Amino acid sequence: MTVFSFYLFAICVITGGLLTVVSRNPVHSVLWLILAFLSSAGLFVLLGAEFVAMLLIIVYVGAVAVLFLFVVMMLDVDFAELKAEMAKYMPLALLIGLVILMQFVMAFGAWETNDAAEGLRAQVTDPNTFNTEALGLILYDQYFLLFQLAGLILLVAMIGAIVLTLRHRADVKRQDVVAQMMRDPAKAMELRDVKSGQGL
Amino acid sequence: MADFFTNTGLGIGLLVTGQVLLILLPLLLCLAFLMYADRKIWAAVQMRRGPNVVGVFGLLQSFADLLKYVVKEVVIPAGADRAVFLLAPMVSLVMALVAWAVIPFNDGWVLSDINVAILYVFAISSLEVYGVIMGGWASNSKYPFLGSLRSAAQMISYEVSIGLIIIGVIISTGSMNFSAIVAAQEGAGGIFNWYFLPHFPMLILFFISALAETNRPPFDLPEAESELVAGYQVEYSSTPFLLFMIGELVAVVLMCALVSLLFLGGWLSPIPFLPDGFLWMFLKMLLVFFMFSMVKAITPRYRYDQLMRLGWKVFLPFSLFWVVFVAFAAKFEWFWGIYARWPVGG
Repeated sequence: MTVFSFYLFAICVITGGLLTVVSRNPVHSVLWLILAFLSSAGLFVLLGAEFVAMLLIIVYVGAVAVLFLFVVMMLDVDFAELKAEMAKYMPLALLIGLVILMQFVMAFGAWETNDAAEGLRAQVTDPNTFNTEALGLILYDQYFLLFQLAGLILLVAMIGAIVLTLRHRADVKRQDVVAQMMRDPAKAMELRDVKSGQGL
Repeated sequence: MADFFTNTGLGIGLLVTGQVLLILLPLLLCLAFLMYADRKIWAAVQMRRGPNVVGVFGLLQSFADLLKYVVKEVVIPAGADRAVFLLAPMVSLVMALVAWAVIPFNDGWVLSDINVAILYVFAISSLEVYGVIMGGWASNSKYPFLGSLRSAAQMISYEVSIGLIIIGVIISTGSMNFSAIVAAQEGAGGIFNWYFLPHFPMLILFFISALAETNRPPFDLPEAESELVAGYQVEYSSTPFLLFMIGELVAVVLMCALVSLLFLGGWLSPIPFLPDGFLWMFLKMLLVFFMFSMVKAITPRYRYDQLMRLGWKVFLPFSLFWVVFVAFAAKFEWFWGIYARWPVGG
């Protein structure tokens, strides 16, 4: 059963990833990407990392991919032009791909694990605690400062993005919510007795 | 015989299929009557009669509707992306149904008792938006497209505050399992032990966010009929439309179940000496559903900028503050320890 699930998810991840790159329509690409994300969440569950799997779905599929779709749907892309553009950069892309492949081969070919490191890896936490608790203990106890630092970096990035995109335009009509809530019927409308044939 | 169901692959498969059917069939049957109840309540508020022709008091109206939708012709627009167009309503329904796998109806009455259950429901409910987005985009038409853009922005905004509200409950319980969350609300006080008292502001926030998350009025901007005709559903007809409608209602009922489990004590009895049981869970879900219907009947639709302001400038800061408050209250056992319900030594 586990083996069957593994191959099912693995095939879905690879197919999804491949079709993300190959498909012509960018929206289809994002949808295939979502399939790849969901299947890799399934692989995490098979590994017994259920917390990471759920976070993968919540963060990547639930938020990041929605924003991808949001942007991609609004793009007005000329596919023929895009393909011509792609062909122009093909040699460069192939070169970069080749370099990365070589690096991987060299890195993993010379990969050797120290026995002591293996031993350390095998017993990070008490086997009786759940994954979520174990992650919490590591993040908030052992690596508390690094975790805070990561949060700080994200905060700076967020503020930077807001500063870059925020602009106040004077010619836009803005709603003042407090003023709207404070309105009362006496100030908002006026009743007039209109005489017939005269108007206001 | 018991051996066959617990040890062989075929037996386990049959057992799980049976359990799934045991949840889905009553759920869908209830749904037919909930749809009827929804319309009746709506009609009563507006002093109309509502559906009253098919069956006694119109009780069989939903089944007549079902038959009508199924026998109609499926129309697919010429410019539509066929595959995505037909996939969208299915995604919408399936995502609404799979979340029920971890919802317990009574002590132990749950299909899959996993320890990240609440995260699972949160993850699945964040996927429900894809039905709407895909449907709106694949229709290749202006109004559906606007509807799906609105829906994407709306769902992302309100998911953030739902997540923070859930974190408050998780901190109080010390577990992400629904059975543990309900067990933490048990006590001699009956109704006064439930989370709705210590987490009272969050009950209201969760309810409103649930309205926004399920596209119910007053937040039904993705299908606002006065501006977008019917939003993402414009091009849908027949069975695909029916799937969208059922998916939406199943999501609403799921939110009812979540409110009852997180804040109203699930299957616990409100009065200490009465027995706990499935009936209480059912009644609580009905109560919350009644609230959903009443809100639909009595509130006017929000403007889009008001919706975004409410989500980001009111709900998000308030629920973030609440998480910090609950964390302190639980750690230092303020207020006689009502925020710290975890087992001793946790």
